[in-house]
Amino acid sequence: MENILEVKNLSKKYTGFELKNISFELPKGMIMGFIGENGAGKTTTIKAILDIIKNYTGEIKVFGLDNRKDDKKIKEDVGVVLDDMFFPEILIPNDINSIMKDTYKNWDSNLYFKYLSDFDLPKNKQIKTFSKGMRKKLEIATALSHHPKLLILDEPTSGLDPIARNEVIDIFQDFIQNEECSILLSSHITTDLEHIADYITFINNGEILLQKTCDELLGKYGIVKCTESEFKKMDKSDFIKYRKTKYEYEVLVENKKEFSKKYGNNTIDKITLEDLMVLMIKGVK
Amino acid sequence: MEIIISNSSGVPIYEQIKEQIKVKIVSNELQAGELLPSIRTLAKDLRCSVITTKNAYEELVKDGYVRNVPSKGFYVAEVNKEVAHEEQLNKIEGLLDSAVTIAKMNNISKKTMNEMLDILYEEEK
Repeated sequence: MENILEVKNLSKKYTGFELKNISFELPKGMIMGFIGENGAGKTTTIKAILDIIKNYTGEIKVFGLDNRKDDKKIKEDVGVVLDDMFFPEILIPNDINSIMKDTYKNWDSNLYFKYLSDFDLPKNKQIKTFSKGMRKKLEIATALSHHPKLLILDEPTSGLDPIARNEVIDIFQDFIQNEECSILLSSHITTDLEHIADYITFINNGEILLQKTCDELLGKYGIVKCTESEFKKMDKSDFIKYRKTKYEYEVLVENKKEFSKKYGNNTIDKITLEDLMVLMIKGVK
Repeated sequence: MEIIISNSSGVPIYEQIKEQIKVKIVSNELQAGELLPSIRTLAKDLRCSVITTKNAYEELVKDGYVRNVPSKGFYVAEVNKEVAHEEQLNKIEGLLDSAVTIAKMNNISKKTMNEMLDILYEEEK
């Protein structure tokens, strides 16, 4: 399978924070969910891919092209939503159409206005009057309207209500109906990712902690809930991390089927991405 | 085609899809030669990832229920009743295996197990 995005040994040093050897690949036609705490390095990684930050090392290829050398060519086919809004507040959505027409060769005004009406966004009101959710929708509409092949979205669903999130998720799934298109999507709303992400990349403290297909994570991983005496009987190599709460032990295991085969009738819960993040970061071994 | 996905059952979603399509094929609700929805359409409609539907289809191909015609799509295969039967036997063997493991762990004799099986069969009648 061909990769639309390849990140190899990406590193970047700030005072007090370091991105260390980030590597991952995103195949064509797939959605990758990017998760991690605030400050883990998600946005820095995304900004490096887009070549917005400087002085990083490593190799990044988008559509097989070098992200620094072929910067212009790449941006033509990438749709971006960043966490911080980049439109001046005095603009109205109509202005954005005029600006983008001159920016992107493939800008599709009809598509843009279709998204505006789908999202119930006014064409003639200044952005400063928009709510947080409306701004997000405007950014998403803009990101999609030049027929990109890769969407890079940093927290695209934050600030959206459940109904709007649903609409947006539908649009993302429509987007990958074309097998040539992929999405890299960072989100704290992990339930959104559980539904649509093919791959999960989990970044913590500037390093990749875990990289798996979402199916494998949700299907195989589990949380064993047990008493202290049961926990003491467990082999250290049979679990990833554990956390002690007031009433029980929560133990993260990589393969719940094999675990229950070995240890019998423990209570094993199916895992959510949220549980996984909490146990990986707060848990101990 | 109706497929009902439970997000809380603990059964992996690809398996739920696979099993439900199998049932539809065995019960002739899906006829041999019928074109199944594409991996991507199905993922979108079920609101799951593409890899999930791909896994489900690949397993259906492996089990002989579905044919993959490259660049055309996935079609319902002519299901060999023997294959279907064999598969049910495998499933039973798997379940019995778990039962035997528990029995051995708890020193329950083969005789007791046989008796249990006899009783269960009698109940069925």
